Amino acid sequence: MATTTYETHEHDVLVIGAGGAGLRAAIEAAAQGVSVGLVCKSLLGKAHTVMAEGGIAAALGNVWPEDNWQVHFRDTMRGGKMLNNWRMAQLHAQEAPERVLELERWGALFDRTKDGRILQRDFGGHRYARLAHVGDRTGLEMIRTLQYHGIHQGIDVYMECKIERLLKDGDRVAGAFGYWRQTGEFVVFKAKAVVLATGGIGKAWKITSNSWEYTGDGHAMALWAGADLIDMEFVQFHPTGMVWPPSVRGILVTEGVRGDGGTLRNSKGERFMFRYIPEFFKAETADNEAEADRWYTDKKNNRRTPDLLPRDEVARAINAEVKAGRGSPHGGVFLDICTRRPADYIRKRLPSMYHQFKELADVDITKEPMEVGPTCHYVMGGVRVEADSTAATVPGLFAAGECAGGMHGANRLGGNSLSDLLVFGRRAGLAAALYAKNLGGHLVVDAGQVEACAREALEPFTRTHGENPYAIQADLQETMQDLVGIIRTERELEEALRRIEALRKRAERAIAAGGRAYNPGWHTALDLRTLLTVAECSAVAALERKESRGAQTREDYPKTDPAWGKVNVVLRQKNGTLQVSREPLPEMPPELRKILEEGA
Amino acid sequence: MPTVTMRVFRGDARGGEFRDYRVETEEGMVVLDVIHRIQATQAPDLACRWNCKAGKCGSCSAEINGHPRLMCMTRMNALPQDQPISVAPIRTFPLVRDLVTDVSYNYEKARQIPPLRLRPPEPDGTYRMMQEDIDRIQEFHKCIECFLCQDVCHVIRDHEELKRSFAGPRFFIKIASLDMHPLDTRDRTEFVRAQAGIGLCNITKCCTEVCPEHIHITDNGIIPMKERMADNFDPIVWLLRKLRGGRREPAP
Repeated sequence: MATTTYETHEHDVLVIGAGGAGLRAAIEAAAQGVSVGLVCKSLLGKAHTVMAEGGIAAALGNVWPEDNWQVHFRDTMRGGKMLNNWRMAQLHAQEAPERVLELERWGALFDRTKDGRILQRDFGGHRYARLAHVGDRTGLEMIRTLQYHGIHQGIDVYMECKIERLLKDGDRVAGAFGYWRQTGEFVVFKAKAVVLATGGIGKAWKITSNSWEYTGDGHAMALWAGADLIDMEFVQFHPTGMVWPPSVRGILVTEGVRGDGGTLRNSKGERFMFRYIPEFFKAETADNEAEADRWYTDKKNNRRTPDLLPRDEVARAINAEVKAGRGSPHGGVFLDICTRRPADYIRKRLPSMYHQFKELADVDITKEPMEVGPTCHYVMGGVRVEADSTAATVPGLFAAGECAGGMHGANRLGGNSLSDLLVFGRRAGLAAALYAKNLGGHLVVDAGQVEACAREALEPFTRTHGENPYAIQADLQETMQDLVGIIRTERELEEALRRIEALRKRAERAIAAGGRAYNPGWHTALDLRTLLTVAECSAVAALERKESRGAQTREDYPKTDPAWGKVNVVLRQKNGTLQVSREPLPEMPPELRKILEEGA
Repeated sequence: MPTVTMRVFRGDARGGEFRDYRVETEEGMVVLDVIHRIQATQAPDLACRWNCKAGKCGSCSAEINGHPRLMCMTRMNALPQDQPISVAPIRTFPLVRDLVTDVSYNYEKARQIPPLRLRPPEPDGTYRMMQEDIDRIQEFHKCIECFLCQDVCHVIRDHEELKRSFAGPRFFIKIASLDMHPLDTRDRTEFVRAQAGIGLCNITKCCTEVCPEHIHITDNGIIPMKERMADNFDPIVWLLRKLRGGRREPAP
């Protein structure tokens, strides 16, 4: 085979992914005076963060002065069913307010309180109204602010560039190999440090709020490069996705609808969430409608509405109502804000939900209830990192945002993602820059590795007949939806793994027609490798954890088991095979344990 | 739902043509769904951009039956189905392939805009802003950068020679959002005149008409900016220009 042609770029820090975490990491690394490259699969500003709706959780205390980082820490740990990396949860709660104020200094305009400060809204699992927001388009405000701040920081941005594999120099990471989507030509980045900020894995499911981009690139590449993944069994199904019409099934309906007063009802008109309050949250949840409704304005004397239980609880409840035959006509439940809030208020607070339902479903949410049901939304699991530095277990590799694991434990609270991106994006950029500065010697990228990557990438073109990559992707999505969904059993998970293996065989025969320039068929064929890897990881971890906790519900192990509350399921690849082990959680110091015990 | 004929542009900078695809549709489908179905079943290499599929990311701009729109927010049942539905790339920007165009012009313009220059905080170290002072700017911040306004702007579309000294409607509202920002202290008058070329806009409102976010680009952004320019009009500059005897040329 002829020698591969490719261009080469060299940076101290290479950030892969340009959503909230990647942008924030690149900005911080550049501030340390190192050379930074920022790679994004789409155009700049189109990453998944742009779709985030509800807000950024941060204990600013603007609406409820009683709020502080300790309460936020406690809410986060309880939402995660205590499986979170305590140090990450602590740093997150402590630093989120400063990260939000920093965005404001960079030009973000959040909705305001009457006295001109940042307004905060209620969200599931948060004791106080805590989410800094801009109507229901907070992610757009966040990514634009970071984007327009970032383009003046001397960062080299590589748009529509897809990274396929990390390159290594001995044990440490030395760069990455990828291709330009527009031309199909190859590109090699040499870098002393690499920050993964690639987001999630939700495109492995059929009903999902995630876009084509969420193919688990960072998760899979880290695993292949020798890094550990943790908590991959925990995949969040957001309780409220659109269910009708079929073409929009899965598109997100913000939790802000419930935060702003909306309530879930079944086909009998019952506010069914009152029947699904788990023991774990009984003490802090209203058990009657009157108290729940009073809570919106008087949090001191009332307990939180069960409509705003953490997402795992609400998704399971909706699932159960539908199964019991009390669902809406199209297999969801009703989300009603029209009978509870005035039309003007709804349009002002939830403009993009209003627009989305009106345009895509012919539903006026100020006059009729929405139909909603669970949709695959977020993976709590990811690259195992050291909390303070976000360093992965491979030298030179860092991970932040959704592709990192640990922060959210078994279930993420709404609003904690955008704050996670800012807090740990900044920490990743800082640590990667310092690591790069301290690293002596020259970067060596082995030509053989590059050749192997190029050969692998071109394989779909070399086959004259074979499988349609779109069909394989669709079959994988069916498999994960049916067998690794909200409710899991050993039998179904084992069946999922058998099917994934068969799909892998088919993927080896996936073909690409046409040329290399902007060819989505080829891209889909290549993305199957990461998608199948993360699908397997998720199913293997789900099979390993023989209990129900947070987002993992095992019909065959319905109870939460304290012994399982002490361990993470860890995945690593040795000699090409996936190995699974249980490893103890980091020990929480007594002063933090006290915060958890006090509260309520 | 019926089977429809989609007439989709296929080609690249060297040339191309419209090709017909017969596609079965289902209730509620948008144009982007149909394009995806063509990819999955008939033309796997059909190039298009998309991300959110809900009108939030602004990636899937195209010209549908000649109208600049987002494919993800254009319902099939809003289009006449008894004749072929044409889908073409947005016309103003250089073609990459099929429905994908090179929109780097917009990213270059974005970088040229002088960023926020922050005023000092209140004595307590914080910033206060009143909701009524930011309502208008929040309207501009709704922009999803689909660049449809740039696509239909006559200056960008028809005057290659003026593009260097013209920012376009997307960036007029970006500049407006900075100029009106309660925390900003920077004077962008000269930039707006010379580099952003506000004077070249003749207020045909085409940009406002195609905005999927319904931002009042012309009325709330461009016209007030033109008025501010007039207010800031410097008589000495005016005199010098008179003496040089001519109309302003685009900056080199």
